[in-house]
Amino acid sequence: MDKMPKWADVVLIPLISLFLAAILSALVILGIGEDPVAAVKLMVDGALGSTYGWGYTLYYATNFMFTGLAVAIAAHAGLFNIGGEGQAMLGGLGVALVCLLIPWPHWTLALLFAALGAGLFGAAWAAVPAYLQAKRGSHIVITTIMFNFIAAAVLNYVLVNLLRPEGSMDPATERFPEAVHLPSLHELLAPIGIEFSKSAPANVSLLVAVGACLFVWLLIWRTPLGYEIRSLGKSEPGARYAGISSVRTIMIAMLISGALAGMMAVNNVMGEAERLVLNATEGAGFIGIAVALMGRNHPFGVFLAAILFGFLYQGGAELALWTSIPRELIVVIQALVILFTGALDNMVRMPLERIFLAMRKGQN
Amino acid sequence: MDFLTIIQLLDSTVRLATPLLLACLAGLFSERAGIFDIGLEGKMLMAAFFSAAVAAATGNVWLGLLAGIGSSLLLAGLHGVASITFRGNQLISGVAINFLAAGMTVLIAQDWFQQGGRTPSLIGGGRFTPFDLPFADSLSGVPVLGPVYSELLSGHSILVYIAFLAVPATWWVLFRTRFGLRLRAVGENPAAVDTAGVSVVGLRYAAVMICGLLCGIAGAYLATALQAGFVKDMTAGRGFIALAALIFAKWRPWHAMGACLLFGLLQAIALRFQNIELGGITIPVQAMDALPYVLTVVILAGFVGKAIPPRAGGEPYVKER
Repeated sequence: MDKMPKWADVVLIPLISLFLAAILSALVILGIGEDPVAAVKLMVDGALGSTYGWGYTLYYATNFMFTGLAVAIAAHAGLFNIGGEGQAMLGGLGVALVCLLIPWPHWTLALLFAALGAGLFGAAWAAVPAYLQAKRGSHIVITTIMFNFIAAAVLNYVLVNLLRPEGSMDPATERFPEAVHLPSLHELLAPIGIEFSKSAPANVSLLVAVGACLFVWLLIWRTPLGYEIRSLGKSEPGARYAGISSVRTIMIAMLISGALAGMMAVNNVMGEAERLVLNATEGAGFIGIAVALMGRNHPFGVFLAAILFGFLYQGGAELALWTSIPRELIVVIQALVILFTGALDNMVRMPLERIFLAMRKGQN
Repeated sequence: MDFLTIIQLLDSTVRLATPLLLACLAGLFSERAGIFDIGLEGKMLMAAFFSAAVAAATGNVWLGLLAGIGSSLLLAGLHGVASITFRGNQLISGVAINFLAAGMTVLIAQDWFQQGGRTPSLIGGGRFTPFDLPFADSLSGVPVLGPVYSELLSGHSILVYIAFLAVPATWWVLFRTRFGLRLRAVGENPAAVDTAGVSVVGLRYAAVMICGLLCGIAGAYLATALQAGFVKDMTAGRGFIALAALIFAKWRPWHAMGACLLFGLLQAIALRFQNIELGGITIPVQAMDALPYVLTVVILAGFVGKAIPPRAGGEPYVKER
C-alpha cells in the first residue's frame, strides 16, 4: 500500500520543495540588501516579457533539456551521471569536427550529422566510466567527476594546439561555414507570420530537444529496454533474477545518457556560438542534475524544469545587468533546488506521509 | 635541472600539497564513517572566503581562521542533517553544497567589498607569515642538507606543519583509539555498532564535523597563507583532487600524504614549466593537469591494486525495519 496518493508524490512534494527553495532565495536577496519582489518582477520581465527574453529562456532551456534527460535516464538505471558537463564538452568537439571538416550543402543534413557526431562523442566519453562501473564496480560518480576534469584538459589541448586557426590568440576554432547555420526561431516563425526577436539565440535545436524528451519517454515506458533499465534501477538482484544482464543494461543506459548530454552541443556550439570555444558548456551539465531532480526523472517533468531553469538563467542575467545582484544568485538558487528536491527530500516527504496516513485512518 | 631548482620545486610541492592533504584527511574521516563527501570543494571555498573576509576586516589572521572553520562546520552540519538525519542522498547533498558555496561566496563578497567577488588583498597581520624552524639561518650554509632544511622544511606557514602533523594524528585516532575503531566500524557495518549500544548517528555526525574542521583549515590556508585574499572559485577543483588522492591512497592516512605530495608535485611542475621535453616528446601542460584524474581512474579500475571503499559508504543507516 502506498503511503501517499501518486499526485502528492509527483506534484505536491516538488512544489513544496520549490517553495522552500524560493523562500530561502528571497531571504538571500534580502540579506544582500535588495528587494526580492522587485527582483522577481525584473526577472519575469526580462525572461518572459518579450520575445527576446523568451528567445534566451528557451535557448537555455534547450541545453538543460538535453543534460536533464541525460541525468534522468541514468537515474532510471540507478546510476548518478555527474559527468554531463564533460560529455557535453566532448559533444561540442564532435559538432565542431563535423561542421568544419565536411562541406555541407544544407543545414538539415549538417544538423543530422552534427547531432550524430555530438551523440557519438558524448557517448564515447561516458563509455569508459560505464564500462568500469559495469565490469569492475568502480563508483561511477567518482569516475564521471574525474572524466569532467579530463575532458576540460583534452578540450583545452585540442583547442590550443590543434583546432586554433593560424595567428589567432583565442583558444577557439574558426567560425563554422555559413551553410551549417541553424535557423533561429525568428527565421522559423517569420514565414507563418509570427514576429520573434531577431537577436535571440533560440533555434531549431529546441525541436530536437523536445523530440529527445519524447524519445526518452517512449524508451523508458514503452520498450523492453526501458523496462530493463527501470528494473535494474529498482533492484539489481531482482533484475538479474529476471534474466536482465546488468553489464549490458548499465552500458546502454550510460551510452544513451552520454549521447544526450553530448547532443546539447548542437544547441550551444552549432546553434549559438557557431564555433567551439573553451567552457562552451557553462555548467549546463551540472544544471541537468537539478533539472532531473526537479522533474522527478520524467521527460515531461524535465521539460518543465528545463524551462524553469531557462527562466532563472535569463532572469538572473537581467538582474546582473540592471541591479548590483551578481549572476551567481542563480548558482545559489540552483544549489537550493538541488538541496530541497534532492538531498532534503525526506524532510518534506516524512511529515507529508504522516499527514496522509492520519487522514486515511480518519476515513476508515 | 640543478639542485636549487629541485629544492624550489619540492618547496612549492609542499605548499601546494598542504590544502590537498587537509581536505584529503577531512574526506578520510567522513568516508571511513560511511558518509561520502563530494562537497569538500564547497567547504574549502566557503572557508577560504570567510577566513579572508574576516582577516581583511579585523587584520587578525587567527580570527580569520576561526571564521573559516566556522563556515565550513556550518556546511558540514548541513551535509550531516541531509545525509544522516533525513537519510538523503549523500552525493546529491555534496553537489548542492558545492554550488551553494560557489554562489554564496561571490554573492556575499560582492555585497561586502564591491570588488567583483573578491576580498581586498591581505596585508600584515591578515596573513599567515612563514614560520622558521630553529637554526634555519645558521644551518643554511651546510652543503646539501643545509638548503634542504632551511629552504624546504623551514619557512612555511604554521598551517603547513599542522597539516603534516595531522597525518600521524589521524592515523593514531583512527587505528589506536576506541573512537577510531568505532568510527571505522560504523563505515563498514553500522548495524553491528548499533547492536553494541553505540550511537551510529552520533559517530557519523562526529566524523562529518571533523571533516568540516579540516576543510576549514584547508580553505583558510588557501586564502590567507598560499595566497593573499579570496578570489572567485579559488579552490579550482582542489576538493576533487583531494577526493582523487583519497581513493589513490585507498582511505589510509600515510598513503594519503604520499598521494597528496604526488599530486602537489604534478601541480608544482605544471606551474613552473609550460611544456616538458622528455626524450624528444613534448608533454603538454594539459597532460599534467589531467594526470591526477587519469591516475585515479586507473586505480579505481583496479588495474593497480583494487580500491575498495568502506562497505557502508553512501548508505543511510535505518535503525528499524
